Amino acid sequence: MSGRPQLGAVREAFAPWEDPAVRPLVRFEGVGKSFGDTAAVRGVDLSIYEGEFFALLGPSGCGKTTLMRLLAGFETPDAGRVLLGDRDIGADPPHRRPVHMMFQAYALFPHLTVAQNIAFGLKRQGVPRAEIGPRVEEMLSLVKLEGLGRRRPDQLSGGQRQRVALARALAPRPRILLLDEPMAALDRKLREETQFELMAIQQRLNLTFMIVTHDQDEAMVVADRIAVMRAGEIVQVGRPTEVYEAPADRYVAGFIGDVNLFEGRVTAAGGGRVRLASDDGAFDAEGEAAVGDKAWLAVRPEKIAVHTEPPVGGDGNVIAGRIVDYGYLGDWTTYVVEASPGRTLRAARANATRLVDRPLGVGDPVWLTFAPSSAVVLTT
Amino acid sequence: MRRSRTGLAAVVPLLWLAVFFAFPFMLVAKLSLSDTALAIPPYAPRIDWSRGLEGVRTFLQGLDLETYARLGRDRLYLDAYLSSLRLAGVATGLLLLIGYPIAYGISRCPPKARQALVMAVILPFWTSFLIRIYAWIAILKPAGVLNAALGALGLPAVDILNTETAVLLGLVYAYLPFMVLPLYAVLDRQDESLIEAAQDLGATPLSAFWRVTFPLSLSGAAAGALLCFIPMAGEFVIPDLLGGSETLMLGRVIWTEFFANRDWPAASAVAIVLLATLVIPILLFERQQRKVLA
Repeated sequence: MSGRPQLGAVREAFAPWEDPAVRPLVRFEGVGKSFGDTAAVRGVDLSIYEGEFFALLGPSGCGKTTLMRLLAGFETPDAGRVLLGDRDIGADPPHRRPVHMMFQAYALFPHLTVAQNIAFGLKRQGVPRAEIGPRVEEMLSLVKLEGLGRRRPDQLSGGQRQRVALARALAPRPRILLLDEPMAALDRKLREETQFELMAIQQRLNLTFMIVTHDQDEAMVVADRIAVMRAGEIVQVGRPTEVYEAPADRYVAGFIGDVNLFEGRVTAAGGGRVRLASDDGAFDAEGEAAVGDKAWLAVRPEKIAVHTEPPVGGDGNVIAGRIVDYGYLGDWTTYVVEASPGRTLRAARANATRLVDRPLGVGDPVWLTFAPSSAVVLTT
Repeated sequence: MRRSRTGLAAVVPLLWLAVFFAFPFMLVAKLSLSDTALAIPPYAPRIDWSRGLEGVRTFLQGLDLETYARLGRDRLYLDAYLSSLRLAGVATGLLLLIGYPIAYGISRCPPKARQALVMAVILPFWTSFLIRIYAWIAILKPAGVLNAALGALGLPAVDILNTETAVLLGLVYAYLPFMVLPLYAVLDRQDESLIEAAQDLGATPLSAFWRVTFPLSLSGAAAGALLCFIPMAGEFVIPDLLGGSETLMLGRVIWTEFFANRDWPAASAVAIVLLATLVIPILLFERQQRKVLA
């Protein structure tokens, strides 16, 4: 196996949550937790499966960290049950749970060396002294920190500290590893490398990971499934492609990626198609809704095509407008198009050829089109 | 602009040290090398400025280590020296035992209560130090508050005023805030997630304390210990008021030599020896401080 994780067909087949015969490793059943008058987590039902890389995604204060701390044992649920395997672990203190956590600021013990940090959990487990040394070495090589065992945490770079934290949490072989915003303190390039390394390690060890993050890109890259949270509740659980291409509501659509929303009334429906009358015009979309209902069409910027001439024929939806701004990102250019005064839409175009002479600029009239199958019909 | 300002900023503490430490220290050092004399002030030699450089040379020739040799010959000084270090050491140990749980307890309280409790630790400073030590006389004297309380409980009376026990009590009482505050400072600053990490990795709350909280608070313990030990070794008021004649401490010896015996060179020599002994813990303290601040 190469250093790169297998992202293709092999992983695609991994879907234990679709198999009713597979028992989940972790189950949250109607879990609720309040701090004072504020409900941090409400009625959460969630199953996480053996070998899964699971992401809890949401803005700060949405309850994702509380949910993780409930699993680690730092909080006890007010309502519901937290099960590991078939055991209700809701009342177990953190030190009796085979669940380990990688802390956001790493929480490395500053008075211990890297090797002692990694050995900490092994010693508490009562691993024989003779086995600890080799296990620590194994962990150091897993996170590519060979030879740094005698250093103190303050003699390491941020990226190295992050690896020590990972090695320390992995060393006692947890049933599930919790990662609390593990990449928050890293710069962008290092973050991307680390994401792939985390995935490689998770698959090599065949462990279950649960990551908490507010970074949707991160969740999309690493996770097998994502749970999107809002105000203490889980809004949608699904594969990255599902939450991106088929968001459950406007919140998920807006939280994950950029989106153009068209609000209007359903004027016709049937045969898996919906016609929506909005202020920007009447559009066709594939989906289900009842005639007369209020609905929204969500269209991703990259699914909107930008034309310099009025399109002829086809069943696409067309909006005429004028470019008011654009952002050149190298691989992509995002155009901000004013469809009517005060109403702007976003369209992204891959720069498949070199744009030496930019054909489009601010003020140019353009026509935006999107196919009915590119729009998602949302009723909430 | 910036350069001259940093320069000025360094001058102020240096000037302060020169005027209030280096200069008095040289005076005391000079005194310790002099001899007693029936004169005012009671020592010789003195510099005869009227004879200019010749006067300074005569003066320097008159200085000797005779007083230090005298200190070495007399058991009294050695005994006082050892008992000062012993009492300060025992008191420091007691302060650690009492101060650590107090500081730890405060650091575990909710923020509001923490402020109030830290205030309570500092509060005794608002009363005169002398009055507080006098109050201990009233408590410890044979017909004092302590014996009245013991009597009311049907327990035998104790006579501890003018003993080493009373001195230790006084020392521990007076220096407790200096032990609690640095300990509290490190404990309060300690990252809560370190304890959580220890527990997450399988450490019981007690084991997490011993393996994480305690070793990380040692810098505060060292700071508190030195902050207390150094002044306690030279303490005068507490042994003078609460100790008996058998309680020998260097602070009292210095006072007696200076005021009762009018032996300024001996008093100065004792002070210099004490300072020399304390330089080691002071240097340790400095190093510790640098580590704590880093």
